[in-house]
Amino acid sequence: MSLTTDVELPIPGTYMFDGQAAMKGYPLNKMCYSFNKAENREEFLKDEDAYCQKYGLTKEQHKAIRERNVLAMIHEGGCIYYLAKFAGIFGLTVQDVGAQQTGMTVEAFKQKIKAQGE
Amino acid sequence: MARVIGGLTTSHIPAIGNAVPHERELLDDPYWKPFFAAYPPARAWLQKMKPDVAVVIYNDHGLNFFLDKLPTFAIGAAFEYKNADEGWGIPTIPPFQGDPELSWHIIESLVQEEFDITSCQEMLVDHGFTVPMSLFWPGNSYGGIKTVPVCINTVQHPLPSPLRCFKLGQAIGRAIESYPKDIKVVVLGTGGMSHQLDGERAGFINKKFDMLCLDKIVSEPEALTKYSIHELVREAGAQGAEFILWLAMRGVLHRKVTKIHSSYHVAVSNTATGLLVLENAA
Repeated sequence: MSLTTDVELPIPGTYMFDGQAAMKGYPLNKMCYSFNKAENREEFLKDEDAYCQKYGLTKEQHKAIRERNVLAMIHEGGCIYYLAKFAGIFGLTVQDVGAQQTGMTVEAFKQKIKAQGE
Repeated sequence: MARVIGGLTTSHIPAIGNAVPHERELLDDPYWKPFFAAYPPARAWLQKMKPDVAVVIYNDHGLNFFLDKLPTFAIGAAFEYKNADEGWGIPTIPPFQGDPELSWHIIESLVQEEFDITSCQEMLVDHGFTVPMSLFWPGNSYGGIKTVPVCINTVQHPLPSPLRCFKLGQAIGRAIESYPKDIKVVVLGTGGMSHQLDGERAGFINKKFDMLCLDKIVSEPEALTKYSIHELVREAGAQGAEFILWLAMRGVLHRKVTKIHSSYHVAVSNTATGLLVLENAA
């Protein structure tokens, strides 16, 4: 029941978090993994530049964090499961993050999801 | 001898974890009603069947495992499993009882069958494990149930293929049914259905594909094991690949099962939710 023959064609708007991405994103993901702990979230909020430096983020990763730009974080090797912990610091949900990545308002993003069930 | 009585699948969206303590009020809420209204038949089946152990096949989303060491297949072998702060505010719930004796029996059987397993004597369980437990045992009434967590990597590609996960499930089934104690085991497969959290395709849902999966998994699961991970990501979304956890659950069950209950709903948060109760044919 293989669907079509284009199985290896890239899927638009989709990033496979593979070994290459995992190597590139390691410092960024490691920092975000640390946000499981409340004291680390507090330390980040107190001085976020210092916290990014502590984890050795690249210049591009640091910029993406500073700008709260999730797509840029993904381009720099971020994995969404860890990035969600970063978003959580600001009380943002995966719906807020989805809206940001698709350039929609949160309300429009929610509507788009609902419409696919009809 | 131990017996697999059946299997359940459910989505494990974090938002559900926040909603579960308020289920009674939310049954009047138009957003939550179609979701929660689907669960009473699954709970009634569990109450009737009275399993002693739940084998929970789930994925860790960065609570217990990080990219420094990321096993493809990990099985808990602890006396107790705790959950913990995941960073974005899901409430933690009481610990789960383990069954290390059964865990080691499964691990030993699997390794003998050439599945290379990471055994974990300490293991935090995240929402992939806790949300289904609190949905199926309301009010966190899972105190009398022992658990065996089976964690499959869905974080970092390459993920194990649908076929490999189905075969893992079959091997777990053989392991359980060769366990000498007279216990009843239920298997949970968690996660899914279609959803995508990351990239410009975030918000993707594929109802047609989900319906196909819900249908085929009952009597023709082999048909679903022919997909590659790439195809699964394309059809079900980047995180919809969690469907491999459902296939692992299905592998544990017998060839012939009876569908007791199923439900599908778009959506909670970014995810199409699916619920399935399958009973093993005697």
